[in-house]
Parts: sequence; structure tokens; C-alpha cells
Amino acid sequence: MHFDAFDRYHEKESFVHRLDPRVKVVVTIVFIISNALLPDGAWLAFVLAWLFLLMANLLSRLGVAYTFKRSLVALPFALIAITVLFSIPGKPVGSFSIAMWNFVITDAGLLRFVSILIRSWLSVQIALLLVAVTRFPDLIHAFEHLRVPAILTTIVAFLYRYLFVLTDEVFRLLRARESRSAGTAGKRPGGGVLWRARVAGNMAGQLFLRSYERSDRIYNAMLSRGYTGHLYTLNPHEMKSRDYYVTAFAIAIIFIVQMIGRL
Amino acid sequence: MHYSPVPMHIPDGFLSLVVSVICWITSASIIGLAISKTNKALGERQIPLMGIMAAFIFAAQMINFPVAGGTSGHLLGGALAAIVLGPWAGMLVMTAVIAVQGLLFQDGGLLVMGANILNMGLLTAAVGYGLYRSASIRSNKIKLGVAGIAAWLSVMTGALLTSLELWLSGTSQLQVVIPAMLGVHALIGLGEAMITVSALAFILRTRPDLLGEESESAKGGGGWIWVGGLIALAVVLFSPLASTDPDGLNRVAADLGFLGNAQSGAGPLAGYTLPFLAFTSLGKIGAGIIGIIVVGAVILLVGRGMKAKA
Repeated sequence: MHFDAFDRYHEKESFVHRLDPRVKVVVTIVFIISNALLPDGAWLAFVLAWLFLLMANLLSRLGVAYTFKRSLVALPFALIAITVLFSIPGKPVGSFSIAMWNFVITDAGLLRFVSILIRSWLSVQIALLLVAVTRFPDLIHAFEHLRVPAILTTIVAFLYRYLFVLTDEVFRLLRARESRSAGTAGKRPGGGVLWRARVAGNMAGQLFLRSYERSDRIYNAMLSRGYTGHLYTLNPHEMKSRDYYVTAFAIAIIFIVQMIGRL
Repeated sequence: MHYSPVPMHIPDGFLSLVVSVICWITSASIIGLAISKTNKALGERQIPLMGIMAAFIFAAQMINFPVAGGTSGHLLGGALAAIVLGPWAGMLVMTAVIAVQGLLFQDGGLLVMGANILNMGLLTAAVGYGLYRSASIRSNKIKLGVAGIAAWLSVMTGALLTSLELWLSGTSQLQVVIPAMLGVHALIGLGEAMITVSALAFILRTRPDLLGEESESAKGGGGWIWVGGLIALAVVLFSPLASTDPDGLNRVAADLGFLGNAQSGAGPLAGYTLPFLAFTSLGKIGAGIIGIIVVGAVILLVGRGMKAKA
């Protein structure tokens, strides 16, 4: 597996790609906070926020619908909000019955449900865009500049750097299990659920030991190259005046969207 | 990719700003404490170790086993991380795992990441470690059994807190979300318990020094027993109360300004009592305790079986 197998970065020459990662992180967070603050049913503001996203997509040269196509990941979670359809008092707009219960969908409930989904959908899209236009190591670096404690960013950096190694290790373990799980026709291979759980647990324990011992080797190798507890990078990460302008401009637009949503 | 999302990761948009910010502040303070404790106790040597262990938890979540009907069980890892690395390091490791899941895979939002870290990282580590630590001087058999209960309860704790946050944000109704979340996670927690126990049994067989008296695992103070025990007790006592008497809680939340009037309970569903909720609260607490004893006994037996085969 390649070292950046997990990175969602899309290599492109664009204005957004060249921005300082701090700018992108700050604008993303402000955008998500703004979504959370928009009141239910602020349709115009929702549309404007979406246009903001489409613009960002365009400026990143990823194609207008880049984030739209990938934005359905949070959809299954919508199930958890389904009760608001029935629980908020309002005019009934539809009803159905399951067994002995009669469910009545109210207009207020529908409004809230749809608003929750839109907020979530907009927020997921900007987060998708963030990782598509920023290399993950740069992202970690941006968080370090934004005062996230170095110990956390370093752990995340190690996690990212060795994830693909351990994933290869997992694939080897899974392949080994598969190759030993032969079965005859009509009979499921392997024992009962308990047995299968124990095998999975043993594999997790095995992975733990391999990782633990590997971390020793990695640490010794790092020491031999002069590791003192800090990771250095050649990337200068300097905020240019353009970066400040873009941040101010983007936040101003988000602020206007917020104002329109509250009219 | 074998990456399978876990139903407890809340996406952005499902929690209100107030709830998200409160969770962030709580998580950030606990993480801050964890950082100062690990900085004091461990050298720079531990940082690569914690990083690799975070990658381990992430990768171990890809190991699954088929249960039935196309569903599969897999590890969440909070309890396991805290047991093998010690509570503070375990918390930092879980924080890193959840941060990467949210940032890179959009599995869990950014504004609600504080809540996700609290539910799935910090609390699971505290409950998992605290309960395990209470048995750490006992025989391996008891240790493993308790670790299983701890893993199961850690998942339940996370699920309960997730439900409460969703309810306080006006996203779900209390009397539906608590039974639904706890019901699903009672099963997910069983998978978690079985994998955690067998992973620990495997480590005890092959590298007992990693869980022995000199290990990081045994160095957490006795205070953890109290922390873990109290949270676990609160979960056991609170869940049945919350699902049988939601009106009282709704009133408290409305008084505190969390819920608008529209949310305070008087909906079309409020009049219904779901048949499986028709116990009295006392009866439900009893049922909860009996359930935990049963689960514990099952896990103890499984642990014994595993020991015998070792």
C-alpha cells in the first residue's frame, strides 16, 4: 500500500490549493459554525451557503459537483433525527401507521428535520473540500500553528504516517484468516459467533504486539537520526497578504449569509 | 477500503452550537489534563509509541467478524487502549483516532468533534480503565472478565451520552433515542467485549509483562476505580430513569434553556408508552443490574474457556 493511500488530497494547480492551510482550516470551521447558527427554515441562507460551496469547488478546479457527489456519507445518521418529524406540534401534513401506532408528520417537524439534514449536508461538503485541497500533513501543521498542543498533532502525524503500514498488516492477517477458512458446500466455514469473535480478538492482540514491537524499532531508528521530540518540516507555512485577504473576504461572505438567514 | 464507520460518530449539523461548545470545552479540559499528566509521567520516548498505538486502534477497527445476517462485529477500542497504555495515554490515543476519522474520512463532524471525542474516547477510556483497574491485582481470569464488562459498559456509556447530546440539541426525542441507541449498542458492546477480552487474553499469554505490575497499565492511580465505577453506576441507574420518566428530564432541560417550548415533550409520541418501556423505574434499574450481572457472568465463562484452551 502506498504511503498516501488514505489521503483524500486531489492534486490540482489552483488558487485554493495554494492558499495557506491555516486559511482553509479557519474558513471551514467558521462555515460549519455559521451553519449550526442558521435558524430552521432559513432557505435563502442555505442556498447562498451552498453557492459559496459551489464557488469554492469551482475555484479549486475540482469540478462544480465534486463535493456534492461525495456528500452522502452522513445520510444514514439522519435516522436518528427522524423522531422530530412527529414530536413537534404543528399542522399535520401526512400520516401513516405501523402496527398499532399512528404516526403523524407535522409541518413544524418536517421543517426541523429538513433543516437538520441541510445543515449536516453543507458541513460535510466543506469538510470534504478541505481534505481535497490540502495535503493531510499540511493540515496537521496548520492545526499546530493554530495552537493545538504539539503532543496531539505529533500523535496524529505518527498515526497518519504509519496507518498504511499497519493497514497492510491487517490485510495480511485478514488474508491469512481467509486462506484458512475453507468450508465444504452448504456448510458455513468456521465455528460459532463466540469462536469467530475470539479469532478476531486474537488477531487484534497479534496486531497490537506487532505494532508495539514496531514502535520500539521506529523509536530507535528515529533516535539514530537525531530525534529530540519534535518533527521538523521544510515547508515554511508563511501567511502572505493574499492569505489574509482571502480569509477576511470569505468570513465576510459567511457573515452576510448569516445575517440574511436571520432577517 | 475496509474502513467501516461506527454508528456513534455524530456528523455536523445534528448537535446545536451550545451543546457542541460545551462538549468541546469539557473534552479540551480533560485532554489538557491528560497532556500534562503524560508529559510528567512519560518521556519523549512515549510519543512515537502513542502515535503507533493510535494507528493500531485505527487499523484494529478494520478487523471484523461476521455475526449474522450480513452484520459484523468489530472493535471500537477505547477500553482496550486505556487498559494496555494506561488511562491518560489511552485518552490521547483515542482523541487522535477520532480526530483523524472526522478530518480525513468525514466520519463524525468537526464542530461536534468535541462531543465525539468525549463520547467515544475519553469516557470509554475512563470507564474501561477504572473498572479494569479495580480487578488488576486479581487472577487473570477475573481480570479478563472484568475487562469484558468494562468494555461493554464503556460502549453503553458512550451511547447514553450521545443520546443525551442529541436530545439536548432538539434532534431526537428522549423516549425514542435512548432505547434505540442503548439497544443497538448493547449488541455492539458485546462484540467489543468479546474482542477486547480475547485480545487481552492473547497479550497475557504472549507478553504478560505488558500487563504486569510494572507496566503502564498498572500505574494509573486508584482514583480511576472511583471515576470508572461512579460513571458506570450513573449509567446503570440513569438509563432506565431517562427512558421511563422523560417528562421530568424534558422539564429540567427546558428550564435550563436547552429546549424550546416546541420540544418539551407534548408531541404526539409523548402520550404513547412503548410496550417494552412499561416497567416502573425501580423495576428497570433492577433489570439493568441483572442484565449487567448476566453479561458479566457470560463474559467470565467465556474468559475461563479461553484461559483453559490457552
